[in-house]
Amino acid sequence: MGNITLKKVNKSFGETQVIPAIDLTIEDGEFVVFVGPSGCGKSTLLRLIAGLEDTTSGTIEIDGRDVTGEAPAKRGLAMVFQSYALYPHMTVRNNIAFPLKMAKLDAALIDKKVTDAARVLNLTSYLDRRPGQLSGGQRQRVAIGRAIVREPSAFLFDEPLSNLDASLRGTMRLEISELHQQLKTTMVYVTHDQVEAMTMADKIVVLNAGNIEQVGSPLELYNKPDNLFVAGFIGSPRMNFATGAVSAPFNAHTIGFRPEHTRLSGESGSWKGTVGVAEHLGSDTFLHVHVDGIGMVTVRTSGDVAVHHGDTVFLTPDADRIHRFDAKGLAIR
Amino acid sequence: MARAVSTRRTVFFTVAAWIVALIIFFPILYTIITSFKSETEAIQGFNIIPSGTFQSYIDVQTQKDYFKPFMNSVFLSVGSTFLALLISVPAAWSMAFSPTKRTKDILMWMLSTKMMPAVAVLMPIYLIFRDFGLLDSRIGLMFMLMMINLPIVIWMLYTYFREIPGEILEAARMDGASMWGEIWYVLTPMAVPGIASTMLLNIILAWNEAFWTLRLTTTDAAPLTAFIASFSSPQGLFWAKLSAASTLAIAPILIMGWFSQKQLVRGLTFGAVK
Amino acid sequence: MATQNTRALARLMLAPSVGLLLIWMIVPLAMTLYFSFQNYNLLNPTNVSFAGLFNYQYFYSDPAFFQSIWNTMLLVGGVLLITVVGGVALALLIDQPMWGQGIVRILVISPFFVMPPVAALVWKNMIMHPGYGVFADISRFLGLQPIDWFSQWPLFSIVIIVAWQWLPFATLILLTALQSLDGEQKEAAEMDGANFLNRFIYLTVPHLARSITVVILIQTIFLLGVYAEILVTTNGGPGYASTNLPFLIYRTALLGYDVGGASAGGIIAVILANIVAFFLMRAVGKNLDK
Repeated sequence: MGNITLKKVNKSFGETQVIPAIDLTIEDGEFVVFVGPSGCGKSTLLRLIAGLEDTTSGTIEIDGRDVTGEAPAKRGLAMVFQSYALYPHMTVRNNIAFPLKMAKLDAALIDKKVTDAARVLNLTSYLDRRPGQLSGGQRQRVAIGRAIVREPSAFLFDEPLSNLDASLRGTMRLEISELHQQLKTTMVYVTHDQVEAMTMADKIVVLNAGNIEQVGSPLELYNKPDNLFVAGFIGSPRMNFATGAVSAPFNAHTIGFRPEHTRLSGESGSWKGTVGVAEHLGSDTFLHVHVDGIGMVTVRTSGDVAVHHGDTVFLTPDADRIHRFDAKGLAIR
Repeated sequence: MARAVSTRRTVFFTVAAWIVALIIFFPILYTIITSFKSETEAIQGFNIIPSGTFQSYIDVQTQKDYFKPFMNSVFLSVGSTFLALLISVPAAWSMAFSPTKRTKDILMWMLSTKMMPAVAVLMPIYLIFRDFGLLDSRIGLMFMLMMINLPIVIWMLYTYFREIPGEILEAARMDGASMWGEIWYVLTPMAVPGIASTMLLNIILAWNEAFWTLRLTTTDAAPLTAFIASFSSPQGLFWAKLSAASTLAIAPILIMGWFSQKQLVRGLTFGAVK
Repeated sequence: MATQNTRALARLMLAPSVGLLLIWMIVPLAMTLYFSFQNYNLLNPTNVSFAGLFNYQYFYSDPAFFQSIWNTMLLVGGVLLITVVGGVALALLIDQPMWGQGIVRILVISPFFVMPPVAALVWKNMIMHPGYGVFADISRFLGLQPIDWFSQWPLFSIVIIVAWQWLPFATLILLTALQSLDGEQKEAAEMDGANFLNRFIYLTVPHLARSITVVILIQTIFLLGVYAEILVTTNGGPGYASTNLPFLIYRTALLGYDVGGASAGGIIAVILANIVAFFLMRAVGKNLDK
């Protein structure tokens, strides 16, 4: 089991409030991603759940048990750190075995569990190496191995992929997702990368300046962002925004439309603009079009569009895909 | 990436560097050579091939009882180092892992005590030692050496401990290690290399200390610094013996020094250059 | 909670060091300060009286005082000049590609590990001795009159010995700093058309500047206290020609048995050292913030 419930959890460092009272429920077996720009408090929130930081007020419950004052090890959670935090003086085997040794398990049982974990994570042939002799991806897997042998009620990941290169990041993303499918254990994952959030999460928690901006499934957030922040943060390339004379006909302070929901035409459309940069990716083309009254608008079109710098084009947003926001930046539905 | 360097350039720098290095090393080399000469040979002009006699080494022991000051040096340097570590490991530990707002000030203040010129406190220390009967006692001198190196030891340990990443400690805590488990299984193994190099540097510094060891001892507690200094009084020709005694006095520390090059930089610059 | 216990424990662990150093700093220094205002001679220990500024006046009016200050400055300055210039040159040389670099390094740093009495006696007897020293042998080989170093150039001779001891330190630290210079920066400068001299002036020197400062300051602290080298070679002479401030204080204290006078000298030495220490602490403190 792995229900995690936060009730009015608040964290301050001295005078500075990092996290104002937050309520959040994480269901058993869910893959929850905390996402937000750096400094938004997502790591602090994770560390509060882990018990590595003391809450200033509020309660944290795991499976209905109040763990607010409990030591990290007693909470039955496992954590994978950004730097992996492997013990440099221990072999891979001993690294993975460490939590079991601390739990005073029988040596034979420890050995079996370590061997099993190593097999799952393809680490069998590295068991007698030290972390210093491993590649970044292998270290990452050792850190995960150390977490899974404890059979925790939930896994906590603190930006685990940020030290890996792009292609390895893609691979590890898949591996972690597969692991979740296999184990069906609650996972709480912190990242600043909205792609990781969209691809892995059952539920995304978007944080900004310590506040929860929106909670929902990836597609809910994509289709129905509650506010300007979420609208701008989720989705790549970023949503275009327009205000003033452009948004007035829509009865909104601000309107937003995604690059992939904007049609391009050579002859006619709502707005006329000049192409600045055209990025040809093969599969898609990203056009950065300068439109009077709006500014730079990004348009995503098919890969075979032959438009170049300086061309005049016309843009039309999909009428049913326009997001409307009021003066406070909240969505008008 | 590194470029292929022309052989000619390498040869040039090799020759130049070796010549300079040998000139700098020459006094030490010549001392070792002279230690294998007889006393008459030693003053017969420049000669780098000794007859190979061990007589001077034997004389140093039989005539001057070399072994006694040698053991005093070992006792003083090793003893003062252990004493210093005993006091500084907890201090450096607490400053590295539970820093407060005042940690930086405390560190700077500790360093500042090292700036006090020894000679400025010669009189009070001498009088205190005299009144407590500590003159020419190994215990008193060991305490002195411990005190003068304490700031360096604390600083070095602090810089080493601070490099142990906090996430590792948090990982251990998540893994269920108790405070002692954390110290025993994670911190100690990671701190041992730093403690070892601190120990090495401190032994070197204590071994070579040549103010208090000369001023606070006469015979019983006199270490090698005082023993060698006693050769300065002109009482006949003794160069082969001086060389033999010197070679014995510097050899162990020279070898330790070679192994501690990196730590030396760090320790003596208080972590300012790594 | 646990954090409070940890904090209390941390203080407890720090206490012995702080306590010892506090006593170590305050007690002797306070005694020195007190003695410096007393008439106190060990030959006549029962007759102690308040002296006011007499000891300072006495020290100040002693011609040896100014000579010793001047000698101290010459000694420190001379050694610094040799070690810094020589250290930069040596570090640059050792940093070049060569065979046996490790051994060259070991040979060059070795003098630092030689205890001061040994260094001084080896130089005095085997290198600089006017009759049997290697320098004398070289002079005779060249048909020159051998120099009696310690009578003709006493202070300079000591500068050479001390510089020999500290050159390895400067070299080692500057070499370490040199090796931390980013290789890509050098390549970028080469691409920008900088020749060796330009690269040295615009890249290497600024990069070394901080390390050179550290070398100067730390060496100064140690050089202000040079003692054993003088004791075993010239014993401060001829006259006061090679007497520095520490040696003068030692003479006053343990040869003249004048506790008050030596203490006044000690206070002057503290003031001198503190001026240097002030700058050193700033240099080190800046590094701590990183």
